[in-house]
Amino acid sequence: MSEMALVLRNLETYYGKIHALKGVSLEVPRGKIVTLLGSNGAGKTTTLKTISGLIQASSGTIEFYGRDITKEKAHDIVSMGLIHVPEGRRIFKDLTVKENLELGGFTLKDEALRRKGIEHVFEVFPRLKDRQRQSGGTLSGGEQQMLAIGRAMMTEPKLLLLDEPSMGLAPLIVQDIMRIIKRLNDEGTTVLLVEQNAKIALKLADYGYVLETGEVVMEGDSAQLRQDESIVKAYLGE
Amino acid sequence: MGNSVGLMDRFRKILGLRKTQGILLAVLSLLVILLPLVANNYIEEVATNTLFYIVLALGLNIVVGYAGLVDLGYAAFFAVGAYTTGIFMKFGLNFWLTIPIAILFSVIAGIIIGGPTLRLRSDYLAIVTLGFGEITRITARNLKITGGASGLVGIQRPSIFGHILNQITDFYYLFLVLVVLAIIIAIRLHNSRLGRAWQYIREDEDAAEAMGIDPVKTKLYAYMIGASFGGIAGAFFAVKMTAISPETFAFTQSALILLAVILGGMGKIPGAILGAAFLVLFPEIFRGIGQMRMLLFGILLVIIMIFRPQGLWPERKG
Repeated sequence: MSEMALVLRNLETYYGKIHALKGVSLEVPRGKIVTLLGSNGAGKTTTLKTISGLIQASSGTIEFYGRDITKEKAHDIVSMGLIHVPEGRRIFKDLTVKENLELGGFTLKDEALRRKGIEHVFEVFPRLKDRQRQSGGTLSGGEQQMLAIGRAMMTEPKLLLLDEPSMGLAPLIVQDIMRIIKRLNDEGTTVLLVEQNAKIALKLADYGYVLETGEVVMEGDSAQLRQDESIVKAYLGE
Repeated sequence: MGNSVGLMDRFRKILGLRKTQGILLAVLSLLVILLPLVANNYIEEVATNTLFYIVLALGLNIVVGYAGLVDLGYAAFFAVGAYTTGIFMKFGLNFWLTIPIAILFSVIAGIIIGGPTLRLRSDYLAIVTLGFGEITRITARNLKITGGASGLVGIQRPSIFGHILNQITDFYYLFLVLVVLAIIIAIRLHNSRLGRAWQYIREDEDAAEAMGIDPVKTKLYAYMIGASFGGIAGAFFAVKMTAISPETFAFTQSALILLAVILGGMGKIPGAILGAAFLVLFPEIFRGIGQMRMLLFGILLVIIMIFRPQGLWPERKG
């Protein structure tokens, strides 16, 4: 039995009166890529926001490497090594690429560590290095997604939460992004990937969960889910 | 001389100015330093007043410009500083010793207003700060210790090395020193870790929090530091005027300081200076045309905001 990076038990979250998560339980083993699938409004983004502390859970627990972080604040969770790359990328459009990366290293007090982080990001994304002095807003959608992932890599996270990294990108760019996620995973980063595009997510992930109206309705190895008839019908579009 | 040129050069680089702008700055500094030698009392009075508003504008700029928070009650901090110094001096404390107390009290006021309100979004924050400003003024009006509606009178003039500061020239230089200190602190803050945190929070609070910045604490620091600028300015204001009354700290005062920051260009130090100078100097320069001048002033403000909504000297983007 491998060590668990993340364990959710019966997580419930409300958005005002809307019962967004109705007892979600899932596990992300260390060193793996786990994907969370589901259609719009299924609660995928809410799950990620609850994990990273941007929303408070009303009940249930979140364990990060054995430590209960259910009640921790978002900025404290970041310094533990759990980084959330939000939906829509949320890069700082008025700041340069390099300044955006520096923000990713904000919790690093050591200047040298921050410089090392930036070098690592530039090595993974040579395109960002070429554009380091451009403002974030001038980048293409794919480059902005790279910047968002690069920003999250600055602190060498122990768990990366990615919210729809393929959203609004051309198929070729999506493949680029997926290759990069694979590479980060090969380098040892554990990933929880939220996707609407089940096809590419299941190709990449080791294990998958399917969320429907705030509940996990199915789970299994990626290969197994890819064969499942209902998944194929609902999410793979055939 | 070579040494001082080197110093000017460094200062120029910190401010991010080009060579010609640097020379301009040097000439301007010289003019400002030599002004009392050629000016009459009236001009010195106006100039001192300008310097005073520059300190307040630089302080509010930290809250509004750096951290992107609305504050419609900034005069409250200025009032807390002025009253603290006034009251403690009445009890016989030396002026210079009242300054740290004035800072302490204004920072506490910053925490009181900031603590519970910083979770609010900007429009609600505006209303709460507006109310806080008025509460402070009305409290000062009704307390015995603050002298009620007539305020405090007969505040002693301070002395430095046995020399009593009672000439307008003394206060001119005193406020000039304050302005220089305020500029240096504002620059250092802008380039600090905290300064970057403010910038991230201002641009996208959720994304900043997702990157490990504590938004409440970061914003509270802005309030505390902004408040201490106001408190210091207030302390010096009290001894310059020798009398303070609640009406000095009315809403129009807060609005004027905020106007200086917005007019100059939020977040930019030269902008705040320019804005403050404009607001004090314009009505004085056009005093000759009497009541018409405020109308002209209003029209000009509207024109500036239409054609330069980012302010006279805005922050460079990208």
